[in-house]
Amino acid sequence: MQAVAEKVIARAKELLASGEVQRVLGWEKGEFDYERTPALFEQDDINNLVYDKFCAANLSKKLVEATKLEGKTLALIKPCDSYSLNQLICEHRVKRENVYVLGVGCKGMEGKDGLCMKCEFCKGKSFAIFDEVIDDESCRETPKSDRFAAVRELEEKTPEERFAFWRSELSKCIRCNACRNVCPACTCIKCVFDNPDSGVAAKANVDTFEENQFHIIRAFHVAGRCTDCGECSRVCPQGIPLHLLNRKFIKDMDTLYGDYQAGEDAEARHPLINFTKADAEPSVVLNRGE
Amino acid sequence: MQKIGVFVCWCGSNIAGTVDVHAVAEAMKNVPGVVYATDYQYMCSEVGQQKIRDAIAEYGLTGVVVCSCSPRMHEATFRKTAEKAGLNPYMVEIANIREQCSWIHKDKEVGTEKAITLAKAAVAKVLKNAPLTAGTSPVIKRALVIGGGIAGIQTALDIADAGYEVDIVEKSPTIGGRMAQLDKTFPTLDCAACILTPKMVDAAQSEKIDIISYAEVEKVSGFVGNFTVTIRKKARYVDITKCTGCGACMEKCPSRKGKNEFNMGLNTRTAIYIPFAQAIPNVACIDPEQCIKLKTGKCGLCEKVCSAGAINYQQQDEIIERQYGAIVAATGFKPIDLTGFDEYGYNTCKDVVTSLEFERIMNAAGPTKGQLVRPSDGEHPHEIVFIQCVGSRCTEDAGKGKTYCSKICCMYTAKHAMLVRDKYPDVNVHVFYIDVRTPGKNFDEFYRRAVEQYGVDYIKGMVGKVWEQNGKVMVQGSDLLNNEQITIPADMVVLAAAIEPNPGARDLATMLTASMDTNDFFTEAHPKLRPVESPTAGVFLSGVCQGPKDIPETVAQAGAAASKVIGLLAKDHLVTNPCVAHSNELLCNGCSQCEKVCPYGAISYIDKEVRGPGVREVRRIAQVNEAVCQGCGACTVTCPSGAMDLKGFANRQIIAEVDAICKAQ
Repeated sequence: MQAVAEKVIARAKELLASGEVQRVLGWEKGEFDYERTPALFEQDDINNLVYDKFCAANLSKKLVEATKLEGKTLALIKPCDSYSLNQLICEHRVKRENVYVLGVGCKGMEGKDGLCMKCEFCKGKSFAIFDEVIDDESCRETPKSDRFAAVRELEEKTPEERFAFWRSELSKCIRCNACRNVCPACTCIKCVFDNPDSGVAAKANVDTFEENQFHIIRAFHVAGRCTDCGECSRVCPQGIPLHLLNRKFIKDMDTLYGDYQAGEDAEARHPLINFTKADAEPSVVLNRGE
Repeated sequence: MQKIGVFVCWCGSNIAGTVDVHAVAEAMKNVPGVVYATDYQYMCSEVGQQKIRDAIAEYGLTGVVVCSCSPRMHEATFRKTAEKAGLNPYMVEIANIREQCSWIHKDKEVGTEKAITLAKAAVAKVLKNAPLTAGTSPVIKRALVIGGGIAGIQTALDIADAGYEVDIVEKSPTIGGRMAQLDKTFPTLDCAACILTPKMVDAAQSEKIDIISYAEVEKVSGFVGNFTVTIRKKARYVDITKCTGCGACMEKCPSRKGKNEFNMGLNTRTAIYIPFAQAIPNVACIDPEQCIKLKTGKCGLCEKVCSAGAINYQQQDEIIERQYGAIVAATGFKPIDLTGFDEYGYNTCKDVVTSLEFERIMNAAGPTKGQLVRPSDGEHPHEIVFIQCVGSRCTEDAGKGKTYCSKICCMYTAKHAMLVRDKYPDVNVHVFYIDVRTPGKNFDEFYRRAVEQYGVDYIKGMVGKVWEQNGKVMVQGSDLLNNEQITIPADMVVLAAAIEPNPGARDLATMLTASMDTNDFFTEAHPKLRPVESPTAGVFLSGVCQGPKDIPETVAQAGAAASKVIGLLAKDHLVTNPCVAHSNELLCNGCSQCEKVCPYGAISYIDKEVRGPGVREVRRIAQVNEAVCQGCGACTVTCPSGAMDLKGFANRQIIAEVDAICKAQ
């Protein structure tokens, strides 16, 4: 990992110096030892660029704004982040021609409490999109856990138990919006929760059951586009397992419409905006709800 | 200020029986925005409509809510009523308190409460309605008929007769369909080919009809009056403009093991073939599965003997795209697969045949030249047993067959029995039946003739087992009228297999966004009042694809479908639905999800300078082609930022309805 990190930083500096890219999107040291903050670097501050085992943050969303800038931005993209980036390119939110994707090897990222939750369900070492890859044997694939196990546990509960579970989890929410702000699928120019005319903004601000709707509406909005990057749960200061909502959607879609990984193919249509003859009949979907 | 009038319909006792309509009207008087509320026996009657018009004038109503039946029934009526009184027709909302309320409730108190809730939701919505104006879209004056059986042919002939151009797309190399395979037709016993082939010739000779045979529909886009259809013309390896149908190729072709589909596989055909003598188009077609030249590169005999130079082994499938104003599905049927019906011995015993196979055996152009012989040894049979309802009228838990009655079997079995007795008086004929169903003109007389005049032995009861023994086909069944088990040593058994829609119909229904029932028959727009229209505008139904029917019914329905098509094509323009989508460019992310989800291709993107409070930049923005948009709303629910919205069904209107329902509880 150390060797890879040195190569990555050297290569970023090289591309910046040559003028091939105008800036570098990477990480710098954060407030705490175990934290790295996304940042844009230019020639004068490029020495602050770090790449180590604490660079968990997914940088792809930052490219929405960065690729609006003049010239090319070099982005350090881990294998799992590449799915988010590809999805953003698919949605025309990131300009492909304005980004130089430097795929960087990763052997699992850590936070305050050790290995990140999302790394337990590692997507593997391949990149959905890249211009160049720097990795080595140490960036091995993390053993894959069954990412739907927790969802199945919830499914086995009675509706009342499930309601109680989510009510107790979601009532912890302080509406800091961190989950939305970090989510690479949440890049709306004007979020419905910031738009008083949307009809849901005011409702979701009230501290009642409707507050829970914030997370449920958000899960619906990212359904089909969520790559399961796990950033929502990683940044939640209250430790709400938000990714489970998204995984429930992913599991249902996989069951009904066949396995699909958002961001794997920038040309693909996700199951909810596609229609094939093999699609499950509405009655099948209805019966599952009963 | 908004002034809303609420009109509660009794619908006789349909609504008033389970909903206290006075109480609903009274409750609505207290709802903010409502200035007038009343109830009346039949709002859709002229008197009822006059009440609405009078109230609009007297109270200066800005919006109307009619609490009545489903908007599918009378929304158009009440919109016209409002328009006559000077109100924009789209300021009318229907609260469905019949299908969604009175009909499904028994408790009047509960029904009344729900009716009030639904009425409040409709008021909440109409308060946010805006006047809308309908546009128009042109009609392409050409129809497509999918399927070239008697249903498709008749529909096409009738459309052509009215002066409109029509294409028939037929998946096999010739038109004619199932009827071409039949020997005689009930109840008159005239020859099927004799009455069908003149129609086939008429279709071929009509200047208005283009027969696209050996072709399948691959893709359908667009909407009523303006469909775009992609058709795959499969490679025949024969140039149809050159082939004269002389048949020399068929004489020389050394590959003779192909299953003869026209004769239900009872004999074989050559790899290059013309399905039957009166085929239209009368041109050959090479079966690539059987052709030695196409499989190995060696042979080429047909090319050598073809004096017209029509053979082309290099021919490829051809994709064509055409525009149509209307589409008729006439995809027909096939007998069910009898796997799973081992008790009837079809798969184990050669002398057990289906009725359609029996048609071919009895037909002069069939595999036996019309001689009634057993398939196993070519011997003349002396004892024939017909078994009805094979796979029809099965119970749900049987796990096989169909629950419906195939409708035609009683009559064709009587026909077969009569034909056998007429031609071969030495043959004994038995028919096992559950019921004999003969409604229809001259049908019961026909059946009685079989029994009384031709001495056919009708046995009420089902067959339990069929097996081979000493060269005989043993049939064990129950005779319910004599209350005994009987075993008949027969020479031949004929199974009246249930019929089912052609398997390709499901794919087609998907392409046409037409709905199907659980048996894969196309669903009609209304089972009684709109039997030849599908729920999808501009898509019509003809023949057995909609449900089992005999030839006279099929021809009648084909004509009815044609008249609906003609009625549509006679219009130069259609009034479009003004409830179309539009995008708010300040909210649009340009993510393309709406474009991808739109089934009509109505959404495109442009780069446009967007100006708003604190905003001035070039963005990728969605644009809706209002002439193409059908107002389905798929884009509005897909759009994460709420930029896409539907006129008449705006997000805020729907939320207002939901809020009204929640608050009413």
